[in-house]
Amino acid sequence: MSCFELTQVHYRYDRQPVLRDLSLALAPGQILGLFGHNGAGKTTTIKLILGLLTPDQGRLSVLGGKAGDASVARHIGYLPENVMFYPQLSGREILRYFARLKRVSETQVPELLAQVGLTDAADRRVRTYSKGMRQRLGLAQALLGSPRLLMLDEPTVGLDPVATAELYRLLQRLRDNGTGIVLCSHVLPGVEPYIDQAAILSAGQLQACGDLAQLRRQADMPVRLSLRSGRGDGLLSALNGHIPTLSTLQPGPDTLVVEVRAGDKMAAIEALLGAGGVDDLQVHQPTLEDLYCHFIQAPSSSDAADHQGGV
Amino acid sequence: MTAIWTIARKELNDSLRNRWLLAIAVVFATLAMGIAWFGAAASGSVGYVTTPATIASLASLGIFLIPLIALLLAYDAIVGEDEGGTLLLLLTYPLSRGQLLLGKFLGHGLILALATLLGFGLAGVAIVMLVDDVAVVPLALALGRFILSSVLLGWGFVALAYLVSVRVSEKPVAAGLALAVWFLFVLVFDLLLLGTLVAGEGAIRPDLLPWLLLLNPTDIYRLLNIVAFGDASQLTGVLSLGADLPFGAGGLWLALLVWVAVPFTGAWALFRNRRI
Repeated sequence: MSCFELTQVHYRYDRQPVLRDLSLALAPGQILGLFGHNGAGKTTTIKLILGLLTPDQGRLSVLGGKAGDASVARHIGYLPENVMFYPQLSGREILRYFARLKRVSETQVPELLAQVGLTDAADRRVRTYSKGMRQRLGLAQALLGSPRLLMLDEPTVGLDPVATAELYRLLQRLRDNGTGIVLCSHVLPGVEPYIDQAAILSAGQLQACGDLAQLRRQADMPVRLSLRSGRGDGLLSALNGHIPTLSTLQPGPDTLVVEVRAGDKMAAIEALLGAGGVDDLQVHQPTLEDLYCHFIQAPSSSDAADHQGGV
Repeated sequence: MTAIWTIARKELNDSLRNRWLLAIAVVFATLAMGIAWFGAAASGSVGYVTTPATIASLASLGIFLIPLIALLLAYDAIVGEDEGGTLLLLLTYPLSRGQLLLGKFLGHGLILALATLLGFGLAGVAIVMLVDDVAVVPLALALGRFILSSVLLGWGFVALAYLVSVRVSEKPVAAGLALAVWFLFVLVFDLLLLGTLVAGEGAIRPDLLPWLLLLNPTDIYRLLNIVAFGDASQLTGVLSLGADLPFGAGGLWLALLVWVAVPFTGAWALFRNRRI
């Protein structure tokens, strides 16, 4: 059973299409990164899955049930972007309140507080919390009742590097235990190592979806090889002839930067190493950020002109 | 039901913590004692006069204070949660919008009821203990009626506050609109009614006029607390229309209940359509 499955979902607001023909699914034990500019439809997608909005067209199932049903909602954890909570209450009181509302045992509360590192601050009023502490409290709230689907909107905002690394370790642990996780973030380099799938939204349409290898194949962006060698010219001649280079650059006397098509990567490396005399070789694959920019700039759909009117 | 009670309990705890409950009760008690002792000061005497006079004076002050307190207590019920980001979060929980609103209402309703009972109840006890020749049973009945009608009036204005709170997206706007509601029912309505009567010069069917009073919960409340003593001469201003009402106290109680149920249902309907 999938954590959620959207099939050809359309959603309009004020007659403006917000989501168009969106099909997206998440299997248990996977981390899906949901990316897009502000207004691309990420929040709407999340709200649809949470049952706060209903699609105009298309089908949507969440944890095998209907989005928004109480029996489904109990198994979903959600961390909204920028939640202030109740400033006059302490972290522990807030977590207890939400535990009661979710009908899970309040004995989880101290555990969760410890898990996000808030034990010492648990009895202080949230008014005195820093942004990062509120974020961690929000995370503890999302983890109440061991959810099977976890939706996190910008979870690393306000977190220091150590806390961020801890968060990702925690997410990986949950993933390994079979939780499906949706991660919305603008910090693409930060999430890149941790996601299993990436979905890129632009103007309410899914531009690309898959794991990084699939996205790289689909984007077919050049791979950059940086070499250090005493005989740069000789190396180039090893390539010339049988492997087409997209660009070559010699920034220094003993460095060479060659861009080749993704499909030619291995052949090019073999040819270069075969020529001998290579002191160092670095392979720069397109990063998630490169892929994101690629897919956002070049809408995959045929009706590209139509996009201008989108939200 | 559990969810509704969880939300109500949080409201109740909040009001204990920020001492709202205590403050309202103290205000009510002070008001009641002050009126009981100094209500007749204008006629040259200090001390407890009569139960009907005391209740009538209390009701006249109550119509200013109770709606104001109820509106202040409840105007940010929904819009406040929205601004703090918790409304979005709460609605992703296994909790319907109706349950959330009902929980809020139960909480705010209990706060108001407890404060009213405590404040005016204590004042009643003080009167019985300090005034030698007061008839206890009539006082208890009148005060009980006054407390019950005050609570109902308060609940009506809590519901009216929700009507505002579910509709707007910013807290200051909700506060402004809540004040406008207070202004309309407590100050403007009677003037408007009086103006219409004078300007209409009898063009309005006379048997319709008393019904117009039912359009204002504060007028119903005042009628209830004055008519009960069977002394129509106490009815001054537009309230004198109430002497011609074709129904008794039962109808007035019912009307007050309707003024709780209708705004609440309206707020519920609007909340269901609120975009999160």
